[in-house]
Amino acid sequence: MSWTALLLAALGCYLLKLTGLSVPARVIERPVVERVADLIPVALLSALVAVQVFASGHELALDARALGLAVAVVLLLLRAPFLVVVFGGALAAALVRLV
Amino acid sequence: MTGPELSPRERGGIVRDSLGVGLATGAYGVSFGAVSVAAGLSVAQTCALSLLMFTGASQFALVGVVAAGGAPVSGALTALLLGTRNTLYGLRLAPLLGWSGWRRVVAAHVVIDESTAMSVTRTSTPAARVGFLTTGVSVFVLWNLATLVGAVAGTALGDPRTYGLDAAVGAAFLALLWPRLRDRRNQVVGVLAVAVALGIVPVAPPGVPVLAAAGVALLVGVLTHRPDPTEFPEPPR
Repeated sequence: MSWTALLLAALGCYLLKLTGLSVPARVIERPVVERVADLIPVALLSALVAVQVFASGHELALDARALGLAVAVVLLLLRAPFLVVVFGGALAAALVRLV
Repeated sequence: MTGPELSPRERGGIVRDSLGVGLATGAYGVSFGAVSVAAGLSVAQTCALSLLMFTGASQFALVGVVAAGGAPVSGALTALLLGTRNTLYGLRLAPLLGWSGWRRVVAAHVVIDESTAMSVTRTSTPAARVGFLTTGVSVFVLWNLATLVGAVAGTALGDPRTYGLDAAVGAAFLALLWPRLRDRRNQVVGVLAVAVALGIVPVAPPGVPVLAAAGVALLVGVLTHRPDPTEFPEPPR
């Protein structure tokens, strides 16, 4: 990971926060902008889950990570805290790789 | 916006709730630290992200894309796209917090899901400021300490796959997404985004499938008209 990309991304994320606090709401606040900005996290996080779990390079794969995700879903349904969900998923994947 | 002075009791209640959120959220910096070094970032880079970027979903996204072999530029773009929601939080918070000058410049750094959730519903400026600052500062301190712990521990562990840390990334993204999935339209966007991303995995360079999924948000946002009932983040459990 290059430091330049890292620092630029961090600076960009800060400026996005500062813009919100500084710009008069009417400049940005339009219904369509709000809806799109609102849906972006949903779309990106969904895609990140999918790629992180079901892709391996350029190929689609069904392996221990899928079981980890299934366990995470069960833990979320049981309203487990974030850390339990994350490390529960990891533990499941680790265990299935042992057998 | 201003309001009546806070009673000590009211202030105490807000501080207690905010510290609770700070503690719960800060702690999962451990998972970010571990996942980040597993993705190939150094301990210093991992800590720099938590100090300077300081917005969890963007940080996870950056290291997630890099872990999947994506170019740093794709990772940075994904992080920035996820960071745009902090702009919307800022728009809501600005009139409520009523800060200007250097206070605003400093406060901007801790405009995140949790500090927004703990202040945007308050009815007076003093109450909003207490909720915002207590949550923002406690998350910042604990998130950074926990990142360091997770990164050092992750480095000591060796091959991350042995511990399933590659699976932890997917679980973390799902946990971040989960509260938003109660809404029907968000469910549709989620399914379409998955289809788009996995559909082009075989042909697109790593990192690009996730960026392409942002197109789904653009399309659905332009074509629909209903506001999202899950728009504001909930305080984490």
